[in-house]
Amino acid sequence: MSDADPESAAAGFARIAAGRLAEARWTLAAAAVAIAGVTFAAGGSWLVAIAAIAAVACVAALTPWRTRAMRLAEATAVRSPIDRLSALRLAAAVSDPLVVFDRSATVVQANPAAEAVFGSLRGVDLRLRFRAPEMQELIRQTLDDATHPAPVDYVERAPIERLFRVAASPVGDGTGLFVLVFRDQSEARRIDRMRADFIANASHELRTPLASIAGFIETLRGPARNDPKAQARFLEIMQAQTERMARLIDDLLSLSRLEMKPLAAPGQSADLVEVIAGVADTLTHLAAEAGVVVERNLPAEPVLAAGSRDELTQVFENLLENAIKYGRSGGRVVVSVARAPAQAAGGRPQVEASVRDFGPGISEEHIPRVTERFYRVDAESSRAQKGTGLGLAIVKHILTRYGGRLSIASQPGHGAAFTVHLPAA
Amino acid sequence: MHIVRSFDEDLKYLSGRIAAMGGLAERMVEESVSALVHADETLARKVVADDLLLDIAEREIDEKAIGIIARRQPLADDLREIIGAIRISADLERVGDLAKNNAKRVVAITAAQQPVRVVRGLEALAELALGQLKDVLDVYATRAVSTLASVRERDAQIDAVYTSLFRELLASMMEDARNITPCTHLLFCAKNLERIGDHATNVAETIYYAATAEQLPERSRQDKSHSVTLDVAAR
Repeated sequence: MSDADPESAAAGFARIAAGRLAEARWTLAAAAVAIAGVTFAAGGSWLVAIAAIAAVACVAALTPWRTRAMRLAEATAVRSPIDRLSALRLAAAVSDPLVVFDRSATVVQANPAAEAVFGSLRGVDLRLRFRAPEMQELIRQTLDDATHPAPVDYVERAPIERLFRVAASPVGDGTGLFVLVFRDQSEARRIDRMRADFIANASHELRTPLASIAGFIETLRGPARNDPKAQARFLEIMQAQTERMARLIDDLLSLSRLEMKPLAAPGQSADLVEVIAGVADTLTHLAAEAGVVVERNLPAEPVLAAGSRDELTQVFENLLENAIKYGRSGGRVVVSVARAPAQAAGGRPQVEASVRDFGPGISEEHIPRVTERFYRVDAESSRAQKGTGLGLAIVKHILTRYGGRLSIASQPGHGAAFTVHLPAA
Repeated sequence: MHIVRSFDEDLKYLSGRIAAMGGLAERMVEESVSALVHADETLARKVVADDLLLDIAEREIDEKAIGIIARRQPLADDLREIIGAIRISADLERVGDLAKNNAKRVVAITAAQQPVRVVRGLEALAELALGQLKDVLDVYATRAVSTLASVRERDAQIDAVYTSLFRELLASMMEDARNITPCTHLLFCAKNLERIGDHATNVAETIYYAATAEQLPERSRQDKSHSVTLDVAAR
C-alpha cells in the first residue's frame, strides 16, 4: 500500500485493525463482560460501561500486539529460506535418485533424478519395480523393522547399465514414510570392466596380426635373406599390419572411453544437417580416391537432434566411411536427413538420418549382428579395407546413450541403408 | 479398490510374489550367461540351485490363486488378474528352467576351446532376451500397457540374431569336427535364450489381456518406421 493513496491506506488500516480485534476477540469479550458486571454490581450508569468497553476495544484495535523485538524476530524467521524450503524442492535439487514410499511399499514421491533413471514411479509398488532379490530383501527389512538395513548394490540394465548403492531408511519419526537413496557407483564399475574388456579384446584381436608379423620376420631372416624383392613386399605387409594394430588400439580406447562416460547430460542437441555436411566434406578425399560420389539429400533448414556434436560426428564418420569403403562398387552414396513421420500418441518426435550405398549389400544373417564388437561380415574384405570391427559398435553405443537406435536395411546386390533414429531436440 | 480390504491384500500378495519370481528369473538368466562367458562353474552351480526357489514360488502362487478364486469368486478384471498371475508364474518358472539348463552346459562348453565370436553373439542374444524380460516385468509394475507394442519388434530381433548364430554354429561344426561338442551345447544355449524371449513375450500378452481384456495386437506389417527393417530382408 502506498502512502500516496489515502483511500487504500485507510482500507489497509481498517484491515489491520479488524485483524487485531479478531485476534483479541476472547480477551475483549471477557473484558466487556467484566466491565458490564462491575458496572451493574456497582449500580453505575450503562453509558459509562459502554464507553469503557469502547475504549478497551479502541486500544485493542490501535495498538500493536507484539513488541518491536517480537515483530522483528518474526519477520526474520519468515524470511529465512530454510523455513520455506519444501521437502520436494530439496529432493528435486539432489542429483542422486530419491524415492519416498509408504508402509505398503507404494511410491509416494520420486525426485526428477529418479524419474530420469527409472521412468515414472509414482503410485507404483516398489517391490514390483525393483525385483532383484537383494532389493526385495532391503525393502522387506525396511518395512518390517523400520531400522537402517545395510545398503545393497543394484544394477539397472537399460538403456545403459548403471550400478547403484542403495540405502533405505525411515523418514523422520512415525511419519510412516521411508526413503530409498540411490548412489551412482557406475564409474568405478565401468573402470573395472573397461580394464578387463580392454585386455581381453586387445589380447585376442592383436594376436593375429602379431603372429603374421612374427612369421614374416622369420622368413626375412631365413629363406628371404637374399631376396630384395620379397623383402620389400614382406616389409610392406608388415607395415600394413602394424598400422592395423595401431588403429585397433585407437578404436578400442575410443570405445572404452565412450563406455566409461556416464549417461549423457540431457538437453544436448546438434544440427544433423550441419554435422553430416561437415562429415561429407572431410571425407571428400576418401570418396574421390574410391571413385564414389556422395550425393547430399539434405534439407535447407537445420534439423536438431539429441546428442553432442562431436559424438554425432563420430557416428556419421563411421557410417559414411563404411558406405564409401564397402559400397564403392555402387559408385555413389546418398546421405539424407528427415523428420520422421508423426508417431503414435506418446512417442517423442524423432529425426532420421540415413546413409545409403549401392554396393553388394549385407546378407540377412549378418544384419542383426554387425553392431557386435569385432563382428565382420567378411573378414578378408574387412581387413583389406583396414576395418577394425569396432566402428558400428561405437555407433550403436553413442546412439543408445541419446535414446536413439540404428536400423539397417539391405537387399544383397542392391546396397545397404543405415538409418540413424534420434529423438528430435 | 474393493469393499473387502483383504481381497486387495490378496491381490497385492500375488503381484508381489510374481515380481519376486521375476527378479529371481532375471538374475538366473544373467548369471547363467555370465557363468558361460567366464567359464565360472561355481556360479553355474548357484543358478542350478536357485531354480528350486522358483519352483516353490510357482507352486505357492498357484495355491494362493486357487484359494482366492474359491473364497472370493472374482469376476471380470479381478478374475483376469488372478488367472494372469497363474500364467505369468508358469512362464517365469520356465525361464528359470531354461537358465538352469544353460548353466548345466557350462562345464561341457568350457572344457573345449570355444569360438570367441560365437560367445559374443550369445552375449548379444542374452542382452536382447534380458531386455525383453525386464521391460515386460517393468510394465507389470507400472501397468503402462501401451508400451508393450515394442515387445513384438524385439521378439523379431531376437529371432534374427538366433538364426544368425545358428548358421554360424553350423559353419563352425562343418569346419572342424572337434568343434561339434561345444557348438552343439552352444546351439542349445542359444535356443534356450531365444525361448526365454518367447516366454517374456507370453508374459507381455498375459499382462495386456489382464489389463485390457483384449489381445495384444499383432505386429502390423505396414508399419515400417517401427520395425527394424530386418524382417524386410528376411522375406
